Amino acid sequence: MSEQDQPILRVEALSKRYGDRLAVDQVSFDLWPGEVLAVVGESGSGKTTLLNCASARLLPDSGRVDFLTRHEGVVDVYRLSEAARRLLARTDWGYVHQNPADGLRMDVSAGANVGERLMALGERHYGRIRQEATQWLSRVEMQEDRIDESPATFSGGMRQRLQIARNLVTRPRLVFMDEPTSGLDVSVQAKLLDLLRTLTHQLHLASVIVTHDLAVARLLAHRMMVMKDGRVVEQGLTDQVLDDPQHPYTQLLVSSVLQP
Amino acid sequence: MSSTLSGTMGGAMSVTAAVQVRDLGKTFTLHNQGGAELAVLHGVSLEVRRGECVALDGPSGAGKSTLLKCIYGNYRTTQGSLIVGEGENAIDLATASARQQMAMRRTTVGYVSQFLRAIPRVSALDIVAEPLMEDANGDPDKLVAARRAAETLLLRLRIPVRLWSVPPATFSGGEQQRINIARGLIRPRPVLLLDEPTASLDADNRITVTAMINEAREQGAAIIGIFHDQRVRDSVATRVVNMADFK
Ligand SMILES: Nc1ncnc2c1ncn2[C@@H]1O[C@H](COP(=O)(O)OP(=O)(O)OP(=O)(O)O)[C@@H](O)[C@H]1O
Ligand SMILES: [Mg+2]
Repeated sequence: MSEQDQPILRVEALSKRYGDRLAVDQVSFDLWPGEVLAVVGESGSGKTTLLNCASARLLPDSGRVDFLTRHEGVVDVYRLSEAARRLLARTDWGYVHQNPADGLRMDVSAGANVGERLMALGERHYGRIRQEATQWLSRVEMQEDRIDESPATFSGGMRQRLQIARNLVTRPRLVFMDEPTSGLDVSVQAKLLDLLRTLTHQLHLASVIVTHDLAVARLLAHRMMVMKDGRVVEQGLTDQVLDDPQHPYTQLLVSSVLQP
Repeated sequence: MSSTLSGTMGGAMSVTAAVQVRDLGKTFTLHNQGGAELAVLHGVSLEVRRGECVALDGPSGAGKSTLLKCIYGNYRTTQGSLIVGEGENAIDLATASARQQMAMRRTTVGYVSQFLRAIPRVSALDIVAEPLMEDANGDPDKLVAARRAAETLLLRLRIPVRLWSVPPATFSGGEQQRINIARGLIRPRPVLLLDEPTASLDADNRITVTAMINEAREQGAAIIGIFHDQRVRDSVATRVVNMADFK
């Protein structure tokens, strides 16, 4: 089978319990190369927990995650060695945190933040790393001459751009994003959404985006999944779910906002 | 069904229907209104072949737009089957996977909604070119060709050049409608759904759009549309179907 005929990520019956609370309850989905899937739902519905279990950052209690690697076919992510899993997470995957400070190293320069993942891949040539870092800063529409500055001096929007550049420098094929635009001013948010939309298209990135903002889902996602109390209550093409919601909870969600 | 015609435009015309709606039903259940049920479509059967343009007729609220949205897969059906496309590309939207539905929109069905949904910060030109750019897979020549095709359409639809680089959110109703039409027509598809495409247009643009619809049909598209304007309907429709006939 060619790459196009197989999902890049296959999540099967993932469950995660915190004490006696089921945060994620038997969630399954497939994600195809180049496809953007939005996970929406109110806070506490289990979106981030699902994202973390699917991206191997949090061990689920049960379930399985399969990933289609570049060269070695499909791997069961939780059966990989710890080292292999980390390498995967640092190269072929990206993870964009809601708070950029969680995904950046605030004590080193912007350039070093972007170069770090290249070094993890064994790149040692300083000039090449710097050149790549410069290219990525401009690709995320940051001024290249800020490469030696610390992200601590950057605005929220710039930090988020830097976090995105840091993730994309290794050309991942799958990026997990947790509320990538919330916490930013509306105008900054619009620019960042535009950037994400362009980059996911251009790089043919598969992506799982957790958001509580239906307009973000409308703009970025091909498909969406609605979660409530740890379960997926509805899924489908983004416009289907937003324009003809079937589940009472989705109808409530959609009718609560102005023109999602 | 013949498979030789799948995905091709022009050439020999198909003898099978590009759209086959059988006993379609659509009921909205409004859970937040005490579970009220709104039966909008019931027993709708319709076949449309390539080279035909069917005008849907009926009073406001009869379900004309709802039927188009079902055929595009924007609304889910509650009953019956809805087969779109021919040969290998034919799928039943009532049972198709999300992935099949996305492929169907890419290869088979174009839809011009009544109102443009502008994308923030994206220029009019790029909005129009986007369906072709998606097909380009990053090929620079194809990207240039996509922009050219968009420019040609914008010129034909009399959108002033100074507006091409502007996001259409601030455009007039008629300008937005023309952007929407250009986007819907830029990539010829075997099935075309049009929801009042000329409602906000002046006489000259109405004539242009009428001509474009007829060209698409002559090139082999199966068209289903809602045309309130009697003149437009008379000049594009090869058949009129009244929603009341289904009841
Ligand atoms: N997403 C929806 N949820 C609930 N009800 C809907 C939805 N979409 C349409 N309806 C209802 O379905 C009925 C048919 O609407 P539709 O828009 O299809 O009519 P129409 O024939 O296109 O009318 P018009 O000529 O005024 O455009 C209306 O009563 C409308 O309120
Ligand atoms: Mg209508």
